[in-house]
Amino acid sequence: MLPSVTHPIGDFVRENVPNVLGYLPDFIQPYIPSAEIATLINIIICMVAIAVVGIAPVPVLIYMERKVCAHIQCRLGPMRLGPHGVLQLVADIAKLLFKEVYAPKGADKFLFYLAPIFVLTAPFLNLCVIPFDKNLQVADLSVAIPFILAMNGFGILSTLLGGWASNNKYSLISSLRSGAQIISYEISFAMILLLVVMLAGSASLGEITASQSGHFWDWWIFKAPVLGLLAFIMFLVSSTAELNRAPFDIAEAEQELTGGFHTEYNGMAFAMFYLAEYINLFTTSCIATVCFLGGYHAPTIGILAIDNILNFVPGIVWFLGKTFFVVWIYMMFRWTFVRPRVDQLMALEWKFLLPVNLLLLIFGVVFLAFGWILP
Amino acid sequence: MSTEKIKTKEYIKRYLKRCVSGPYSLLCGLSVTLRYFFNPKRIVTEQYPENKKTLKMHNRFRGHVVMVEDENGENLCTACGMCERACPNASINVLATKNIAGKKVLGKYLYHFGSCTQCGLCVEACPFGAIEMGQDFEFADFSPEAFEKVLNKKEGRG
Repeated sequence: MLPSVTHPIGDFVRENVPNVLGYLPDFIQPYIPSAEIATLINIIICMVAIAVVGIAPVPVLIYMERKVCAHIQCRLGPMRLGPHGVLQLVADIAKLLFKEVYAPKGADKFLFYLAPIFVLTAPFLNLCVIPFDKNLQVADLSVAIPFILAMNGFGILSTLLGGWASNNKYSLISSLRSGAQIISYEISFAMILLLVVMLAGSASLGEITASQSGHFWDWWIFKAPVLGLLAFIMFLVSSTAELNRAPFDIAEAEQELTGGFHTEYNGMAFAMFYLAEYINLFTTSCIATVCFLGGYHAPTIGILAIDNILNFVPGIVWFLGKTFFVVWIYMMFRWTFVRPRVDQLMALEWKFLLPVNLLLLIFGVVFLAFGWILP
Repeated sequence: MSTEKIKTKEYIKRYLKRCVSGPYSLLCGLSVTLRYFFNPKRIVTEQYPENKKTLKMHNRFRGHVVMVEDENGENLCTACGMCERACPNASINVLATKNIAGKKVLGKYLYHFGSCTQCGLCVEACPFGAIEMGQDFEFADFSPEAFEKVLNKKEGRG
C-alpha cells in the first residue's frame, strides 16, 4: 500500500515496522499484518501532523490580526502580557477553557453541540491535500480542487446547524444569510479555481505547483499576463466571502445581529467556531499560494548567484512566507473595507463577479489557444 | 431604488463606470490604511504608567482649574465673581476682602474639585485670564478634604 506522496518518515516506518514486529514470538508471526500496521502508523502520524499544522498557526494568526488591526487604526494592540502582548492569547484561551458550555432553553441540543464539531472538519480535510513542500503532503489527490470545493460545504453546514439549533432569531437570520452568501460566492470561487486548473492542465495541487517551477514570473499570477493578476484579485474577493470575513461578514454583522450564528455559543464551543475561522483563513491562503504564488518554489530571479542562495532556503519557509503574505492581504481587506448590505452583496456576486469570472475563463481559453502564456 | 426606465445603452454605461469607480475607491481606502500600517509614528496610544516621566498632555486637555501666577505668586484675579456665576454646579466660591486702601480684592479662591466637571466655562468667563485648566490628571485620593482647594497663595492686588 504505497501512498501518492512518499516521504522519508513514511519510508522509515514502512521499512522498520516489519523488523520490529519480527521480534514477536514465532507462533503469532503468520497472523500479524505488518504492512497494514505500518500503514496505520503512517496514517496516525499524518493525522497528528495535520492537527498540528492546522492548530499551530491559529495563535499566530489571532495575534497578527490584533496587531495589524491596531496598527491600521493608529493603536498599539495588546502590549501588557509578555513582550508586546504575546501571552494575551494564552490568557484568552484559558478563560474560554474554564467557561461552562450550555445550550439555551428550547435549543435543539443534539444539533447545537454537533455544529461546533462539524465546523472543524472542512479546514482539516482541506489541509490534507495541500503540498507544503516537495514531499510534505498527506495525499496528492488528482481531484484536489473539486475536493476542496466539496469540503467547503461542511463550513456552511455547521453555520446553518448552529444558527437553526440555537433557538435565537438573530442566529437563524444570520445562518440563512450566510447560506445564501456562500452558495452565491462558491460559484465565483469554483470558477477561479477552474481557470487555474485549465491553465495548469491538472486538478492536483502537486501538479499545479509543479507547473509553476522556475523563476518568479512562472507563477500563475504573472505567467498569464494581466489575466493571472485579475484572477488573483477575483480569488481574494470570492474567498473573503467564502471565509465569512469582513467586508463580507453579513453572517456575523455585529452591529445588526449581535454575534450572528454563534450568538448562543460560549466557552469551548465558541472557541471551536473561532478556531475554524482562523484555520479556514490559513487553508484558503495556502490554496491561494499554491494556485497563484508558486507554492513552495523560491522566487528566483534568473541571476545564478542569488538563485542559489534563494534555493538553499527550504521550500516550506517560502510556502509559509507566501501564505502569511496572503493572510496579511486578507487582514488589510478586513480592516479597510466597509460591509455591503445583503442586497448589495448579492448584486456584487451575480452582476459583477460572475460575469467577470466567465470572461476570465473565456480569456483563459483564448490565452491557451494563442499561446500567450509566458514560457 | 429608482424606478425610472433607462435605455440599455445608458445601463451598460453606468455598469462599466461602476466597474471602474468601485475598485478605484477601494484602492483609495486601502492606500490610507497602508500608509497608517507602515508609519508607526502615527500611533497615538500612550503607554501610561511606563512613560509617566515623559508624558506630555495635549494643550486642549482640561484638568482641574489652576490660578495663573507670576514668579512672586501674585495673581490677576480681581474677585469680580464671573467664574462663580459661570460655574454650572457651584464648584467655585470667590471670597472677596478689602485691602488697606479699602478696595475690594480677592481673599480666598475656594475650589471644590469633587463637584467640578472640568467643563472650562469659568476659564471662558474670566475677563482677566486669571485662571486656566491645568494639565495634571492624577488626583485620586482617599479623603474628600483633598478635593477642597484654595487656589490663590496671596491676596489679590485689585
